[in-house]
Amino acid sequence: MKVVIESEGFDPYKAIVDYEKTMPQGKHGGIVTFLGTMRDFNDGEDVQSMHLDHYPGMTEKHIERVSQEAMDRWDIMDTFVVHRVGDMVPGDPIVLIAVWAAHRADSFDACRYIINYLKQDAPFWKCEITKSGDKHWVEHNSEDPGVAQRVAND
Amino acid sequence: MDIKVRFFASLRDKMGRADDKVSFDKDEVTVGELWEKLSDSPLPDSILVAVNMEYTDASHCIKPGDEVAFFPPVTGG
Repeated sequence: MKVVIESEGFDPYKAIVDYEKTMPQGKHGGIVTFLGTMRDFNDGEDVQSMHLDHYPGMTEKHIERVSQEAMDRWDIMDTFVVHRVGDMVPGDPIVLIAVWAAHRADSFDACRYIINYLKQDAPFWKCEITKSGDKHWVEHNSEDPGVAQRVAND
Repeated sequence: MDIKVRFFASLRDKMGRADDKVSFDKDEVTVGELWEKLSDSPLPDSILVAVNMEYTDASHCIKPGDEVAFFPPVTGG
């Protein structure tokens, strides 16, 4: 289990391959990954760049906790989370979640659990700069229509 | 007692500072009392609070040496 807060751009696919080298080979049957990337639009506005703020220490603590919860709850072998902070532009990776398991069902469920709770609990804040030069803090995350029901079931 | 306070994101901009130290002449202070001393108003639902990096609420009793952070709803991921 590993959590990385990355202040520079990163290659999510290389990160997965590099992390997998630290694991025993041939034991897992699949990897489920979620990769969140920066959009060039939000709430109908064109976004030129973005700054991601975080609370050092608390952020890692909460992602480590949700990763451990996933490890305890599902039959998975390992988790790896990378989350960007700092300045970025559209197309840049923001968050990578990778879950290794013997079977796909547990790894899908665990990956979804981690991203949902990360978005709810981990202290990150997005500040967008639009093409017109307007700078504003994003007040809430876009809704995933299934989140409330899934959380209620958890 | 002196309490170390941190502000993040839009709240840091609004407060005009990233951190502060607030002094009370008593050793039992709630999060709500601390916020009222900082802003002259009750803690609104739109502001989250963490003590020692754990989410809590206005009724939480702060102990000497605790770190208190106020911030807006989170928007990561």
